[in-house]
Amino acid sequence: GLLVTKCGLLRHRPGGGGAYWVDSQQKRYVPVKGDHVIGIVTAKAGDVFRLDVGGSEPASLSYLAFEGATKRNRPNVQVGDLIYGQFVVANKDMEPEMVCIDSSGRSSGMGIIGQDGFLFKVSLGLIRKLLAPKCEIIQELSQLYPFELVLGMNGRIWVKAKTVQQTLIIVNILEACEYMTAEQRKQALAKLSGN
Amino acid sequence: QVWQIRLDMHLLNHDGNITDAASIAGIVALCHFRRPDVSVQGEEVTVYTPEERDPVPLSIHHMPICVSFAFFHQGTYLLVDPTEREERVMDGLLVIAMNKHHEICTIQSSGVVMLLQDQILRCSKITAVKVAEITELIQKALENDQKARKEGGKFGFAESIPNQRITAFKMESAAVDTNDVEEQAGEIIAKADPPSEVSASPVVHTPGTAQIGEGLESSWGDLEESEKEEAAEEEGESEAAAFECEKVETEDTSTLKETKSDEPIVVSDSEEEEVVILEPQELPRKTR
Repeated sequence: GLLVTKCGLLRHRPGGGGAYWVDSQQKRYVPVKGDHVIGIVTAKAGDVFRLDVGGSEPASLSYLAFEGATKRNRPNVQVGDLIYGQFVVANKDMEPEMVCIDSSGRSSGMGIIGQDGFLFKVSLGLIRKLLAPKCEIIQELSQLYPFELVLGMNGRIWVKAKTVQQTLIIVNILEACEYMTAEQRKQALAKLSGN
Repeated sequence: QVWQIRLDMHLLNHDGNITDAASIAGIVALCHFRRPDVSVQGEEVTVYTPEERDPVPLSIHHMPICVSFAFFHQGTYLLVDPTEREERVMDGLLVIAMNKHHEICTIQSSGVVMLLQDQILRCSKITAVKVAEITELIQKALENDQKARKEGGKFGFAESIPNQRITAFKMESAAVDTNDVEEQAGEIIAKADPPSEVSASPVVHTPGTAQIGEGLESSWGDLEESEKEEAAEEEGESEAAAFECEKVETEDTSTLKETKSDEPIVVSDSEEEEVVILEPQELPRKTR
């Protein structure tokens, strides 16, 4: 029998092997192997950190899974820190495991996210939109102020701009992009850059 | 008769304070529920189907509703019904469950805040007010639903969705006119003196406690921000603001006055509101 598990639009990508998928909107994240996510350190248990990734279980991250980490040279991770990493194990039977290095041992952008900045949640659909190549929203925002941006597939975004006010403006725009049309967004940005 | 009842709650979406929302959902579900009618004759038990006999409501004696309070800065600031962001950064949480007869059913305190007796009493007074409102809302909703069912109108969860009464991602935001904010802020900052150090001569009563400032009753707590603005204005701040207005360029005067009447005004990032003693004809050193 056929069972419906997800509602949404059916999409098709003809290139490569071709792929069909259902474009759905949800806020709840389910860990998937290979996804890059932002985790919050909740506990240090011996050699392993526990991270909250927004799923049903906390993920584990070994202290050796950082670039240049050895038993003597431990990474400086505290409870409450933000980590950008990817899943190596993520299925419904086991606790998810994360690492901050890629297969060749380099960090390639992963690791502990710096101080300050602002972390907030959006829907998973918006993240996928922002991660698309040549995303209009990101291009338009970068015309506004310079800022640092980390996008986690678990719906978490970290932003840091020069001042708190600029950071909050970017946060508000990104949150509003959820339900603003392109026109409304261009208007809002025009108003802001006009000042 | 003994029935076993199971209540399942599915959280579809939230912006903080799940406890309160869940308590309301739970008690309304129980009040709304109808169970099959039963008659017992000696050893014989007959359970009637809904077609045979109208189902019967549960006997709910009272409706306890939870109200949550978030504390910040060791109990200095209090927020009722915190949002998700406020919950993430709060120091402590106090949950009070009360019914409309002002009977406290539950009190739970968590976090790293030590609460004073009068704070808890004040919270329970706020809870009484909120619970009265919410209970009335619930009664009205239940009545409306009963009426709709009797008259054959539309009712139920599926009906609420298209009417935009339950929306998934939209959040109401307070509109703030940011057109001239930078200009105004620049002027205010340029005119005002820099704020003094946050911990200016704290008084140490006993080891581990300190008092900063003295004599003034804390105007935070159950006053909302708009009321606090009014309280500040009563102190004569309005005259000082008018004094400031005169110095400002004429084209900006109107907009400055405009934001004063608009509520809410966003307070600066500084955690410590400076205590101001107004002398006549002296510009206050308060930064907004």
